[in-house]
Amino acid sequence: MTWLLDPLQYTFIVRGLLAALIVGIVCPVIGSYIVLRGMSFLGDALAHAILPGIVAAYFLGWPLFLGALVAGVGTALAIGFVTEKGEIKEDTAIGVFFAGMFALGIAMLSTRRNYSVDLTHILFGNLLGVSPTDLLASAVLGVLVILVVLLFYKEFLVISFDPLLATTLRLPSRFFRYLLLILLAVTIVVALQTVGVALMLAMLVTPAAAAYQLTHRLHWMMLVASAIGGFSGVAGVYLSYYINIASGPAVVLVATGIFILTFLFAPRRGLLWRYQ
Amino acid sequence: MEAIQQLTLHRELPHQPDKPALTLQDVCVRYNGSGAEALSQISLRVEKGERIAIVGPNGAGKSTLFNLIVGSLRPTSGEVHLFGHQPSGHICIGYVPQRSQIDWRFPVTVKELVMMGRVGKIGLLRWPRKRDWEMVQHCLERVNAAHLAHKQIGELSGGQQQRVFIARALAQEAEFLLLDEPLTGLDVPNQEAIFTILDSLRPDGVTVLVATHDLNLAAARFDQILLLNHRVIAYGAAATILTTPNLLAAYGGHIHLVHAGDETLVLADTCCEH
Repeated sequence: MTWLLDPLQYTFIVRGLLAALIVGIVCPVIGSYIVLRGMSFLGDALAHAILPGIVAAYFLGWPLFLGALVAGVGTALAIGFVTEKGEIKEDTAIGVFFAGMFALGIAMLSTRRNYSVDLTHILFGNLLGVSPTDLLASAVLGVLVILVVLLFYKEFLVISFDPLLATTLRLPSRFFRYLLLILLAVTIVVALQTVGVALMLAMLVTPAAAAYQLTHRLHWMMLVASAIGGFSGVAGVYLSYYINIASGPAVVLVATGIFILTFLFAPRRGLLWRYQ
Repeated sequence: MEAIQQLTLHRELPHQPDKPALTLQDVCVRYNGSGAEALSQISLRVEKGERIAIVGPNGAGKSTLFNLIVGSLRPTSGEVHLFGHQPSGHICIGYVPQRSQIDWRFPVTVKELVMMGRVGKIGLLRWPRKRDWEMVQHCLERVNAAHLAHKQIGELSGGQQQRVFIARALAQEAEFLLLDEPLTGLDVPNQEAIFTILDSLRPDGVTVLVATHDLNLAAARFDQILLLNHRVIAYGAAATILTTPNLLAAYGGHIHLVHAGDETLVLADTCCEH
């Protein structure tokens, strides 16, 4: 038992653990929609595209999530606009804006003196540097994201599964599409300090993909995904403590390991099950 | 909260009883980027309770026509009216998509799938009530699929998949039903099961439009046939419109008419891409 309790004597590790737990629970809820709608690339793009918003908010002393929200939603709108009005495909538009916004963010960041430290934290997270305020903000935003998903659960289900049904039911599809993007942007902010921009997609997609192998109802997929995510978060912090590796990658590696296990051994859907 | 409530769909307009179920007037659709018209000068009128087969080669504009009726596409010119209003004024249009367009691995059970049809009536910020679940159960019974309620949709056979989607349209309380290739890939007993369900909708006055490749079934089981190839080639009862010139106009070189004794065999080679 001492190995479990040993790290807890450091308050910064306790805060890191709690932050990883929150991220592990919240990300896969939105991540489930990303997996089911096949929008991984958009998720990855938004994770990068919020960078200039975060840097600007940091410079101006605004709350970071506001900056991220403006940049994230702005990018999503721009991608939608260019795809609708132009003659290029959506994934090309995503690629253009994702790289462009990320470059803008790095350019803004490079004006700072401690540029490389900031950049490392933004890219890969800074889990053990989570302040009590950061933790509180993550918890509040995380609860908010989950509440909104609960409120509009049946509408998100319809729009994810069958957009044409959403049309015949006269659901405000555009509203829900943008609401999902806003939720995604907020989730990215929640996870930013834990895993950073570069590994964000893993927290969104990997636990949800593992849960997809194990369940056949959406709410179970979300619950199982959150359980896997939460476990990965906590286990990753311990791993990072004991074998002395960076905490963000450790969290992601645990989740990836769980995904591989489910891919091989999941009842009925797993590889071994199908070829036995 | 009020702002959100206003987004709900209770803008549903009352049906005008003296108006036909569907009218299209000089409807043209031209997609951006391509000069050709997907649909050209379509005018037609469908009375309440009729069952219509829409027949034509691939790419004839059947999907475009369905999208117009559903309201997901606006015509470039012309007017589409259902029960006297634009499609967007209705939540009574049931749409059963082609089976190939559905993600069958999506994590929903049959019961949850059918409940999706209720989402419009339930309204925003509310959960399904007991009445809604009873409705779902009733609709599943109507399509003889109550025993499938707890299965994941990917576990169903082709005929069962088609039936539970019809149950979803029933749960939506659809008065106008569109079915996209519901018969393709089904064996005769399963096709018959679909027709039995469609027959059971007649007393309720549900109007049914079915896209199909099967000219024989279209001729035998429908009130009217719409022969479509970007424009209306012919529209009417099978006996009057299934003529050699009409079929040649609809299918061009893709059809073979074989005269065998007194009968004419129609061979269409655009059939069954699935």
